[in-house]
Amino acid sequence: MDKATKATLVDPLFDKNPITLQVLGICSALAVTTKLETALVMSAALTFVLVCSNTIISALRNKIPGSIRIITQLAIIATLVIVADQFLKAYLFETSKALAVFVGLIITNCIVMGRAEAFAMANPPGPSALDGFANAMGYSVVLIYVALFRELLGSGKVLGHEVFAQVSDGGWYVPNGLMVLSPGAFFLIGLLIWVQRSLTPALQEAE
Amino acid sequence: MDYVNLALKAIFVENIALAYFLGMCSFLAVSKKVDTAMGLGLAVIFVLTITTPLNALINNYILKEGALAWAIGAEKAGETDLSFLTFITFIATIAALVQIVEMAIDKFAPALYTALGVFLPLIAVNCAILGSSFFMVEREYNVTEATVFGFGSGVGFWLAMVALAAIRERLKYSNVPPGLRGLGITFMITGLMAMGFMIFGGIQL
Repeated sequence: MDKATKATLVDPLFDKNPITLQVLGICSALAVTTKLETALVMSAALTFVLVCSNTIISALRNKIPGSIRIITQLAIIATLVIVADQFLKAYLFETSKALAVFVGLIITNCIVMGRAEAFAMANPPGPSALDGFANAMGYSVVLIYVALFRELLGSGKVLGHEVFAQVSDGGWYVPNGLMVLSPGAFFLIGLLIWVQRSLTPALQEAE
Repeated sequence: MDYVNLALKAIFVENIALAYFLGMCSFLAVSKKVDTAMGLGLAVIFVLTITTPLNALINNYILKEGALAWAIGAEKAGETDLSFLTFITFIATIAALVQIVEMAIDKFAPALYTALGVFLPLIAVNCAILGSSFFMVEREYNVTEATVFGFGSGVGFWLAMVALAAIRERLKYSNVPPGLRGLGITFMITGLMAMGFMIFGGIQL
């Protein structure tokens, strides 16, 4: 594997992570992470959309007129999201109910538009697909981390299986209700950013 | 009174930014100064108040199951369900409307255009706008309710964003740990604000 390909694959996981560094796609990262299962499904849906949209937009990049490129990209992305949403409704109905409007909101997920603009419009389909995949993985890593802690600390479970026995069932763990509510997600991502930037001082913001 | 309740609920109890995390990207990125936060916030109120009822119209008279009864007769309309098209229709409506609004403001209110100008194109891909339309479908609002809900959501977003910007301006004088500077501390503040807004949750409307 040559250096450029490796950078395309590895950078979005840590040093150029879409959520913690590029501030993209945060909305859904916070909203679907009360349970690990919904976070996994959401990650899979985003990976599908991002890889396909990057490939298609990159294949069409010389045909898309500059002045209407945003709406063209939106049309391609929206079509892919409809496919993903219909698929989830058909095969994973319960989870798609839990995800509610957030599958649809992949359309306005800034990661998808951001990668289309920043990478797919300037590179051939192969590397674009890789770039889409790597960014989707960077997104998924953060999503899974947040969801894991929110489910574990908020209800003592992981993927619905009991890990900490709750007080209400005769165990010892008092669930931390804050984790299930919205502030918990903000704090967890804030902490993740803190840890990451303390480990890699080069990423710190001068303010 | 129902409409007042609906608006208050959208502004405080179910704040679109702090309770549903919608519009987070611009919420975090454009909240460094109160002036810019104010500009984007006003633009969001404006666009939301127009797009939500417009999408409600489209949904109620074209896309919903049986909604085409006025055009092709109730019997045939019962067999037609275009709801799978909501995503692409809504985003097209929003993108087109934002473009038209931008051109109209440029023509008729140049002062407002210079104030809002840079923020309007950003709004087309702000998930708060699309999200409100999805919530409108999910909760089956009619056109009037959609207008009130859109306006309320916009005001909620504006309020949260200006408040965050004001806090961030004050933050310049405090000594934040290096790793937490910038984005990290902003997340912490937003978390605390979300906790603050949760006190409204107990209000019975």
